[in-house]
Amino acid sequence: MKQLLTGNEAVARAVWESGVRFAAAYPGTPSTEILENLSRYKEIHAEWAPNEKVAVEAAIGASIAGGRAFASMKHVGVNVAADPIFTFAYTGVNGGTLIVTADEPGMYSSQNEQDNRNYAKAAKIPMLEPSDSQECYDMVRLAYEISEQFDTPVLMRMTTRVCHSKSITEVGEGRTEVPVKPYTRQIGKYVSVPAVARKLRVNLEQRLGKLKAYSEASPLNRAEYHDTSVGVICSGICYFYAQEVFGGSASYLKLGMTNPMPEALIREFCEKCEKIYIIEENDPYIEDYVKSLGFAVTGKSLFPAWGEMTPDTLRRSLYGQAKLYPEHDASLTVNRPPTLCAGCPHRGFFYEIGRRKNVVITGDIGCYTLGSASPFNALDACICMGASMSMGHGAENIFKQAGEDKKVVTVLGDSTFFHSGMTSLLNTAYNGGSTVNVILDNRITGMTGHQENPGTGYTAAGDPTYAVRIEDIVKAFGFRHIRTIDPNDVASVRETLDEFLALDEPSVIITRWPCALKRFSKEDKNEFTGAYTDKMIVDQSRCIGCKLCMRAGCPALSIDKTANKAVVDRMQCLGCTVCAQICPKHAIVKEER
Amino acid sequence: METKSILLVGVGGQGTILASKLLTLGLMKAGYDVKMSEIHGMSQRGGSVSSQVRYGDRVLSPVIEQGSADMIVSFELMEALRSIPFLKPDGRVVVNNYRMNPMPVINGDAVYPDNIAEELEKAAKTSFVDAAQAAQELGNPRVMNIVLLGTIIKTMELTQIDWDTIIRENVKPAFVDVNIAAIHRGMSMV
Repeated sequence: MKQLLTGNEAVARAVWESGVRFAAAYPGTPSTEILENLSRYKEIHAEWAPNEKVAVEAAIGASIAGGRAFASMKHVGVNVAADPIFTFAYTGVNGGTLIVTADEPGMYSSQNEQDNRNYAKAAKIPMLEPSDSQECYDMVRLAYEISEQFDTPVLMRMTTRVCHSKSITEVGEGRTEVPVKPYTRQIGKYVSVPAVARKLRVNLEQRLGKLKAYSEASPLNRAEYHDTSVGVICSGICYFYAQEVFGGSASYLKLGMTNPMPEALIREFCEKCEKIYIIEENDPYIEDYVKSLGFAVTGKSLFPAWGEMTPDTLRRSLYGQAKLYPEHDASLTVNRPPTLCAGCPHRGFFYEIGRRKNVVITGDIGCYTLGSASPFNALDACICMGASMSMGHGAENIFKQAGEDKKVVTVLGDSTFFHSGMTSLLNTAYNGGSTVNVILDNRITGMTGHQENPGTGYTAAGDPTYAVRIEDIVKAFGFRHIRTIDPNDVASVRETLDEFLALDEPSVIITRWPCALKRFSKEDKNEFTGAYTDKMIVDQSRCIGCKLCMRAGCPALSIDKTANKAVVDRMQCLGCTVCAQICPKHAIVKEER
Repeated sequence: METKSILLVGVGGQGTILASKLLTLGLMKAGYDVKMSEIHGMSQRGGSVSSQVRYGDRVLSPVIEQGSADMIVSFELMEALRSIPFLKPDGRVVVNNYRMNPMPVINGDAVYPDNIAEELEKAAKTSFVDAAQAAQELGNPRVMNIVLLGTIIKTMELTQIDWDTIIRENVKPAFVDVNIAAIHRGMSMV
């Protein structure tokens, strides 16, 4: 059956067909849609974990108990999950297990561009690199065979373009049920205490040897000989990019399994071809290996080690210029950075905090990172999930030691709080910090496209569950100053910040209002009655053109240059009223219904 | 046949993804090899977005190379100019005559130039359409993206594909009629 699928959809389809019973993930672009698709299959228990480490650990448990298991995450998520992965590599599996890492060359929605192929090598586990949706499907099916045949977890590296490109995919007819394997206690396999681990460590090398022989013979790695004056060694989507540029005038060694490497195949290819190019995204991962075999090849000395190796990039590197396009005056275009949406419940908070002087704001990963942009300019640092609260704690300690009169405010969202902010905040309470910690609770995991989390009251499959209250958590941590406010009430944001910034004890502000794009649950409809039902309008007789409302940074607001008055784009406005509260002349009012 | 490339550009939230999805399904049904690439995540929050559709006998890269798009359809005026580097020297442009101010314009740090339409006409064979108004006239402003899909179908000479069926199979029943009307309206606009 032929379907037009994204790489993520193809992975989900193949996971289902492979008889997988347990799947877990934490949302992260570009991996999110894999678990979203899996949650629609009733035969798979698919869950959003609070973070990637928990997702992988739950998958490990499912595997040990004898079911086929799966976990997916974005590249930086593997950093979080690295701890269990490295030892799971030692113990091996019972039910076959696949872990997908979705890397982001070009950083479309990420804070870094790390190359997670290095993880497979470091953890000594097999790695697959699909180049389109068909290969995503085929490699997942194969991954479960490899996993069970060699008693190892398998890592599959996708990239943004593989995850989010659609191509025609031949999928199977349906799911093949794989019975749960019998469970027996095997202390010598699954209890990785030093005495056991030393034996497993030796096994690991022996397993790699067998996997190398497999890689050598596998059709995943194949040479396509045409003109041998140029040979291109490539993996992932670079296989197609390279063909766009070289066409039939080069031979290709396409590597689909890149740990362990097929040494003999590579040697043969390098001996047959005259000039060898290595085309791969990010690190010189293949290049370093081929060079270690003693071949002179051209890779990162010519092609960039960053960004995507799209045909333009290859052409520019090889020939000094890309293809011609129509002449035009590009200087007329104005940059269009992403912004907080009209109606975004983070707006009221960032408007207020952005006006404060002498405040250092540590941020986190989510839509609210956009608080760093103009007009708010309200962020000092952003590193990784959950770091806002712990970084803020460290910074505050040093400012105190230096006698600096600076207050530290930390900012993250509800899902990021559950991910790893909780332990950071616990640290602040435990170690006597006095930061002001703000949890922007928009009742959903926003940036990645609205996934449920432990605070929303629903599971990945949409089943009702207990909705944890952030207030209860932070109270249990030992915080005495906790307040939940409506972020669209600018005065309340201001007064709470004033009060808590004056304290010499740590505090928590929870701004509770659903994301403007969220599909409301029935609980939301009860709690947030009337949300997003209004439209604002500018009373032209009162507007003096002072432009103070522009400080709301709202895409629905602009200034009519000829009239010098503010105007509201009715299509975009959701009636949050933040601009109306900023306006000194009360010129922005709700439309009469 | 040589691979054809269509670039759909716009601003996050304008519906480029649904339009390109229907386009690819129609092309697949017509027997072409098809690839489509889009970007999700942070840029969807009001930033510049694009969907890239390529079709032919055998499509290699899902990404359109600079100077290679046979056609650009832009859901917003300035985004059309931004995407010109992807157009073939003799490529066609269809632009929705609709302006959305980027944040630097809203902030007053930059000005939205008035001569973008002229610049586009100088650069390429450009058609301006008012898809927002057409959608309004059809009774649902949200079908603006399907009106624009209609302009692609006409421009790329893909009218022989049974688009009505594609819509019937992929759009909620309540919206089928307005979407079919929108796609034909789009075809008549270029």
